[in-house]
Amino acid sequence: MIELVNVSKRFGDTAVLGGVTGRIERGEIFAIMGPSGVGKSTLLRLIGLLDTPTGGEIRIGGTDIHAKNGQSLRIRRMMGMVFQKPAVFNSTVSENIAVGLRFRGASEAVIRKKTEDALEVVGLSGYGERRARTLSGGEMQRVALARAMVIEPEILLMDEPTANLDPVSVEMIEELARRINRDLGTTIVLSTHDMYQGQRLAHRISVLMNGGFAQVGTPREVFTLPASRDVARFIGIENIIRGVVTAGGNGTSAIDVGGTLVRARSPFGEGEAVCLCIRSEDMRIVPAVGGKAVLSGNSLPGTVASIVPRGPFSKVTVDCGFLLSSVLSWKAVDALGIREGSRVVVSFAAESVHVVRAAQG
Amino acid sequence: MYEIIEGFLEAARLIVTLDPDVMAIAARSIIVSFTATISATLIAVPLGTTINFGTFRGKKSLINLIQTLYALPTVVVGLLIFLLISRVGPFGSLRLLFTPTAMIIAQTVLILPIMTGLTISALSGVDPVIRDTLYSLGATRLQFLTNIMKEARFAILAAVAVGFGRAISEVGAAILVGGNIMASSFMSSTRVLTTAISLETSMGNIPQSIALGIVLLVIALGVNLAITTVQHR
Repeated sequence: MIELVNVSKRFGDTAVLGGVTGRIERGEIFAIMGPSGVGKSTLLRLIGLLDTPTGGEIRIGGTDIHAKNGQSLRIRRMMGMVFQKPAVFNSTVSENIAVGLRFRGASEAVIRKKTEDALEVVGLSGYGERRARTLSGGEMQRVALARAMVIEPEILLMDEPTANLDPVSVEMIEELARRINRDLGTTIVLSTHDMYQGQRLAHRISVLMNGGFAQVGTPREVFTLPASRDVARFIGIENIIRGVVTAGGNGTSAIDVGGTLVRARSPFGEGEAVCLCIRSEDMRIVPAVGGKAVLSGNSLPGTVASIVPRGPFSKVTVDCGFLLSSVLSWKAVDALGIREGSRVVVSFAAESVHVVRAAQG
Repeated sequence: MYEIIEGFLEAARLIVTLDPDVMAIAARSIIVSFTATISATLIAVPLGTTINFGTFRGKKSLINLIQTLYALPTVVVGLLIFLLISRVGPFGSLRLLFTPTAMIIAQTVLILPIMTGLTISALSGVDPVIRDTLYSLGATRLQFLTNIMKEARFAILAAVAVGFGRAISEVGAAILVGGNIMASSFMSSTRVLTTAISLETSMGNIPQSIALGIVLLVIALGVNLAITTVQHR
């Protein structure tokens, strides 16, 4: 439905987007994720015709939307947008929601009906006559969503719609986005720096980094098989270790990490520089003596370097020649009787190691 | 000291008894300045909008120039209009000199920069997200502009109030192109509050001056109150 063809955008001397290429399918929720300031909003603004790209093309249904062909208003009216900062017009809630309908010349009866329906959907029934400026941030954002929703756009662009909101409002906005997508078949393009929001909402996720999509895939793909070291770091994989493949073949490799051999599943051949991505949750820590090692896996002896509390868990970092972190419950830490300086064995399965090419980032 | 107190008492009497001379001058002041404010609004708001949303070379310099003209001396405007409409001037044949119309023209020119400038400030002060929202809701150019003006309505209203305040309180232009004439008919006279105060004071009619001064202040206060009430509604 939306095709991004080598889209670039510069602001003065600063290149924000340097050739984004991708495809957003009709009816999906597509999340654009990435660290703050990476150009997510810029990309959404380009799609929403609020700005023009420096290079490349954005096509909707095959039409270059930035071409000067008198189609601009028609294309703009296919889309609705919700912005990061909740902003309402200085009028009543109902009048706010009606604005887009008035632009399209809808009759008063239609406007009243749709406005009331929308108020109900976003859980603001009875708020119609209130001054919109007196609402809370979360309520304003729901008004903004209702306002974009009543014009029944084919594409709904949401630019970090929950970035400044409390958890309850976040949940409501997310549920509404899901409903709009499911019940109206609206294609939703959502930007977020919150990786869990992407995971919760999106059918597909793109990770925007260094001016382009570093990876596009289902949440499962992106979260289990990050395409590069940067993506792995962004999605919260804490153990990212550089190494060199010493023996490869049959899908298993031995990787040399500073003299220690780690077994992993990887397609890479001998001599290739790689990065190992291992989730803390997949790592087990057993006492140095008598512990049960993981079969066909890695058991690396080391010394506990630090134990840092993290909510109900503790992050235990072990020096095995290189640092590896694991997450254990407080109870588990107590049961193991470990403290800084304790000798332990870190074990993890070869399957838990995701290997990416080091050169990719 | 005694004279001043007496002046205030006499002023109170003139106001309370709705002295016909004082009331006529006050009414003329309001009519002239109100008309000038309306004319200036009709020019300044579209002009300010065009400048604010236009992209052209020298936009910043133009805005700087407009802001500099906020301090336009009233006598300079008076002189300029005088030269244009005096009998030997390019518009001399219209016979506008020493008429209320001349005063309206002079006051319009006088307050045009500040009203245009404040309109630009009002519009540029609208949250950029509001602008983006209007655009994303599918506004045409006209719908966009009218809605932005609607968002900025209170700030634009403040610009109008400032314009009116400057118009009704100026004396230099009014005296130069109006001439402070007290003729037999209401609309051929050009005596307004400020020019009358200036004349009466120079003639030693202190109570009359004080009364006119109070009326002027009350009008200014009334306009401000009206605007504040609207803004807080």
